[in-house]
Amino acid sequence: MKIAYLIPIAFFGLLIASFAIGLGRDAGRIDTQLLEKPLPEFSLTALDDEQRLITQDALKGDVHLVNIFGSWCAACTYEHPVLSAIADSGEVDIIGIDWRDNRDAAKRWLTRYGNPYADIVFDPDSELAFDLGVTGAPETFIVDKNGVVRYKHTGIITADDWRTKLRPIVMELKTAP
Amino acid sequence: MIRSFIIILILLFIPFAFAQTPVSGVQLAEEQEQLARDIGRDLRCVVCQAQTIEDSDADFAIDMRRKVREMIAEGKSRAEIEQYMQARYGDYILMNPRMSSGNALLWFGPFLILALLLVWFVSSRRKAIKP
Repeated sequence: MKIAYLIPIAFFGLLIASFAIGLGRDAGRIDTQLLEKPLPEFSLTALDDEQRLITQDALKGDVHLVNIFGSWCAACTYEHPVLSAIADSGEVDIIGIDWRDNRDAAKRWLTRYGNPYADIVFDPDSELAFDLGVTGAPETFIVDKNGVVRYKHTGIITADDWRTKLRPIVMELKTAP
Repeated sequence: MIRSFIIILILLFIPFAFAQTPVSGVQLAEEQEQLARDIGRDLRCVVCQAQTIEDSDADFAIDMRRKVREMIAEGKSRAEIEQYMQARYGDYILMNPRMSSGNALLWFGPFLILALLLVWFVSSRRKAIKP
């Protein structure tokens, strides 16, 4: 048998392999364009005080988790205990972005479930959410000491995700100069 | 009696044919509104995937339509708006993906394979004819 006959078979194999890889991917997942880029500039009010503005500078100087949530978001309620445990450990501050929400509803939600956030940015019109390329809630970014986005987690953070994926990155960034 | 009732019922439903999802906030001139719709039809709704933001009623698509209209009102061009969205959501947001170094193989790969096959075919024919 000529070796040339093997070429189409090899080609076919390659095609099947690439389909197999493609099918395994979650089509709903959109990789962030922000990786290794500074957090977009923003100037929005704090959830607890309509007069107080929060900007990107609030995140400089330490590693932060930036978590998109909303009182309307059922998955966020599910994620909440994990965020509370992270906040209780004192290992990293979490900045919340209250997305497409209503102030009173958000405050009620936090009173009911507890508030794990060091500070909360109120973003009712998706201003910051757009700049972050958010597609849904919850989503969480790890932002380093210089305000640069280093990781994005789409969806709920489980205790397992925190232990195996996010915490190691946070800890490494914490020790970085 | 029944017939006139049916006619009235039909008449009542006519306005729905002209219904459009309201876009709160920005009011644009007819021409600009048309541009906004054209741009909207080229942007994918990232939470619904198979729809454009102009077709979708998802809250997110409504926000995005508003953003497009705000940018038009600010005098931004179509290219600038699409670039803005692409910078945030990647090529995925465009219904008609642009060519880039990353996807050049997808655009030219088939032609490349065709050319290679042609070369292979011609050279093997020559060999076959020679002896």
